Amino acid sequence: MDIFLTILQGVPMTIGLTVSALALGALGGIPLALGRRSTIPGVSFVAVSLIEILRGIPPIVWLFIIYFGLGTALPMLDPLTSAVAGLGLISCAYMAEIYRGGLSAITRGQWEAGEALGMGRQSVLTFIIGPQVFRVSIPAAASYAIGLLKDSSVAYTIGVSEIVYFANDQSRQSSDALGPFFLSALVYVIMTIPCAWATRALDARLRMRVAR
Amino acid sequence: MNILTDWPAFLPGLLAGLGVSVQVALLSLLIGIPGGLLLAIGASSKTKLVRILIIGIVEIGRGTPALVVLQIFYFGLPASGLTLSSMGASVVALAATTAAYTSEILRGGLQAVPQGEVEAAGALGMSRRDTLRFIVIPQGFRVAIPSLIGFAILIFQATSLAYTVALPELLSQAYSIGSTTFNYLSVLVLAGLMYAAITIPASWLTSRAEKRLARHL
Repeated sequence: MDIFLTILQGVPMTIGLTVSALALGALGGIPLALGRRSTIPGVSFVAVSLIEILRGIPPIVWLFIIYFGLGTALPMLDPLTSAVAGLGLISCAYMAEIYRGGLSAITRGQWEAGEALGMGRQSVLTFIIGPQVFRVSIPAAASYAIGLLKDSSVAYTIGVSEIVYFANDQSRQSSDALGPFFLSALVYVIMTIPCAWATRALDARLRMRVAR
Repeated sequence: MNILTDWPAFLPGLLAGLGVSVQVALLSLLIGIPGGLLLAIGASSKTKLVRILIIGIVEIGRGTPALVVLQIFYFGLPASGLTLSSMGASVVALAATTAAYTSEILRGGLQAVPQGEVEAAGALGMSRRDTLRFIVIPQGFRVAIPSLIGFAILIFQATSLAYTVALPELLSQAYSIGSTTFNYLSVLVLAGLMYAAITIPASWLTSRAEKRLARHL
């Protein structure tokens, strides 16, 4: 039981890490998603390349590049900052793709209707299309968040004291090497399964609220 | 530009690591996908107990981070008398994760096969096993191919987790070169590009496969 309580100490860090990275991604994904649709030569190429590179390299490698690679030159990069930055960057790329899916789910007619009312493309995007894109993106973003919660475990490798960090610690200290890992698995399952159910329910409700 | 002199020197060590990464990914998929197929078939079993049991296993497998599964097999199991090498533990752990995830992908594929075809096969006197073997699985698998390639890319990326169990794969090699040359940034960036050189073309393959298969639907 003591072991379980010790492992639970890592939960706030795991959740904090996931939420911060997701928040960075939700913001950074917007310029990437818009850049991808841009008609200005070069902009869309740069956005696509960034998205592909960010998604193409494993999360743990990003954390190492930031923490060990850049960290030698930038001493303010402590493990937590590096982990948030690394996972946040990857989230930007994934969120951009989720927004892109959301953008294509909004029918062309709504752009045309906005223009017919004399609105500029910019204001159609911010007042009509944008809010709906966020709404349709929520279910996909939620499933991504569940994945991110599990991926945040890689932050243990650079020394962030989240769930797996405590599990490793307990496994080495106590006579029971296997138990702490099972307990940490249990903690993740307890956190992710209700999230997955909630996502499914949310998805069904939000689908009704998007204009077709 | 010290990259010009550094990178060729790093390359042999990293390529050896990349070989190990690819090997682990392929073995995990080779073991994991048939496992996923069994779970997918089991999840639609007529016996309720089997169904609940299998869905439980799949949910737990998908809810646990691959890193934790890996550590259970490598650091945890020796306590109960079963010691795996770092290679063995990596393959078994990633294969287990593959089985849990691909079972959901394959279940979606199998469900996409029209029920009428199953009934038609029954009407022709085919047994349930033959229907599954000759009608449902070949078509369901085809539907699932794009998602399976997408998942294979993720598993290839996940082999980098084996760094934590001291398997000499690409990331471990990069890290050890970094710790001897103190040139972490340069060698880690090169390793990252080597991962990307495989995952990015593979993701193009996914979208091509999607387009090709969509033609016949």
